[in-house]
Amino acid sequence: PPPQLEAEMEEYGAGDLLSEAMCAGARVVVVEDCVEAPAAFVLHLLLKRALAAGGGGGGGAALLALAQPFSHYDRVLRKMGCNLSMHRKSERLHFFDLQGFPGGTQGGAIADSLAQLYSAVQRVVETCRAGENAGRFTVMIDDVSLLEVAANGSADDVLDFLHYCVTLTSEMNCSLVVLIHEDIYSSEDGVGLLAHLRYIADLVIKAAPLSTGLATDVHGQLSVVNKGMLIEQRPAKGQKVWSFHFKVKENGADFFYPGSRH
Amino acid sequence: LSPGRVAAPPPMAAAATGTGGQTLGRSSFSRAASSKTASSSSSPTASGVKLGPNGAAFVSSGIPDLDRILDGGFLLGSVVMVMEDSDAPHHLLLLRAFMAQGVVHKQPLLFAAPMKEPRSFLGALPAPVASSKEDARQRAMGGGAAGDGRASDEGLRIAWQYRKYFGDERNSNAEHRDNKQEFSHDFDLRKPLERHLLNAQHIECLSTQDVDTLHDLQNRSSAFLSKHQRKEGGNLSAGRIAIQSLCAPQCGYFGKDWDMVSFLRSLKAMVRSSNAVAIITFPYTVLSDSFCKRWQHLADTLLSIKAIPDEDKDLAKLLTGYQDMVGFLHVHKVAQTNSQVPTQVNMT
Repeated sequence: PPPQLEAEMEEYGAGDLLSEAMCAGARVVVVEDCVEAPAAFVLHLLLKRALAAGGGGGGGAALLALAQPFSHYDRVLRKMGCNLSMHRKSERLHFFDLQGFPGGTQGGAIADSLAQLYSAVQRVVETCRAGENAGRFTVMIDDVSLLEVAANGSADDVLDFLHYCVTLTSEMNCSLVVLIHEDIYSSEDGVGLLAHLRYIADLVIKAAPLSTGLATDVHGQLSVVNKGMLIEQRPAKGQKVWSFHFKVKENGADFFYPGSRH
Repeated sequence: LSPGRVAAPPPMAAAATGTGGQTLGRSSFSRAASSKTASSSSSPTASGVKLGPNGAAFVSSGIPDLDRILDGGFLLGSVVMVMEDSDAPHHLLLLRAFMAQGVVHKQPLLFAAPMKEPRSFLGALPAPVASSKEDARQRAMGGGAAGDGRASDEGLRIAWQYRKYFGDERNSNAEHRDNKQEFSHDFDLRKPLERHLLNAQHIECLSTQDVDTLHDLQNRSSAFLSKHQRKEGGNLSAGRIAIQSLCAPQCGYFGKDWDMVSFLRSLKAMVRSSNAVAIITFPYTVLSDSFCKRWQHLADTLLSIKAIPDEDKDLAKLLTGYQDMVGFLHVHKVAQTNSQVPTQVNMT
């Protein structure tokens, strides 16, 4: 396979169902979950892969964290064999602690705070691209539903911010991965944040509980939808929709087809 | 949940234990000595805090059975949310046990409720059942002295209920004679907590009724939590925040959905970096589905309460002790420290 494809395969950790299902070159990845089947583990996995990207150039990542403090991600990823503290020190990981975002001035408009946040992210991406790092950069948001709370419900402002982040993906060889809680929006009328995200996504990964209820060996099912973007180098095995079961462990996750678990 | 006594074992269960080598009654069923996990073997500090793996620290919910189901208790630094049953006040049982447990361990408490005089609720806090436990122990010792423990055979049944197994672990806690040394207590809802304990405490009360913003509650919570910042190797003094019916219609800010969810988000962040636990009950039926989901996602530990109807013949056939039960407690998710593995507890 061509060298670029090799790099991509290495980047995504070839060998498990999730990486097979995820077409290479997806720029906007939307991860959906619900209370019964949380999917933060998918973000952890993608973050580990983003930072582990080989091929000399190395990858980089910016994590916009509203859900958890740094110590949480650090401990979780450490159990998965990825040292976030080290990556943060070497500036391959840029951690934005947004637990208190926007914070400070109560009078300032959320649009301004989001604009400032975007500028900071853009600077980080530009700096990384300017260096010898020709590898893929990943901007990750955990999670968009909390960003909407931070924006006091102004979905328009959040969407503007997300659209700006999407422009980064086309201009800067960068991908955007966002987590959103699907069950918050499924009861709403009208076009909300979720519908917009699904529209702009290249790839949608959705976690759901099993219809049969709880099981000790299976935590839920994952569906991966490749939304028909042109995949330059790697044919996605002709398959648009993948569906399989998962089990989350401290050091990662297992993906398997129903009934094939031993 | 049973009226009258919270998580009280029947006397015969208390007798059928193996504390200090006193095994009463003979039976073909013999329970392997419960293996002590790291958390249960470390004796609780005087402040009622128990350490667990992964740097976790727990305080008791005030209901020993619930602590066991949650694998230790309420995690310090977490937010517990309880979905109320709209027809019944059973969530108050949880709150009373939680607050009483904190008072017994001299842990500072911040209590907010949609009532004119939240401080009056303190009169409803239950007293620990230390005295009745003493009786049970004496009965047990008396039975052992008889040699064959014939009296306790009446307590043995072929179909063991899980509660009787829990009795083993509970009585190992009873080795600590001093009330304060115990991590968790049983509370007798028929007896109020002694007045002098309440007066000696750091208990702050705040009314959320007719208050049209959450700013005050947020500021008070922030001030409270700043006194319980987590320090490396520091003295583990725990704090408790109890908020009753946060989105109740009589709250002045009712209907300001984004303000409420914003408050929850900031409270969660403040609690995370502290040595405190916050428990928040809420009548979820007054929220829209969408916001109810937002609240559920914000919870670290999520419980819900469902009242059991009286005179339900089908349930009576299904459940032993149906007459004593007032409700179901459903555990949806349980707080974890620094882990991505979901809890497979989900039980009712």
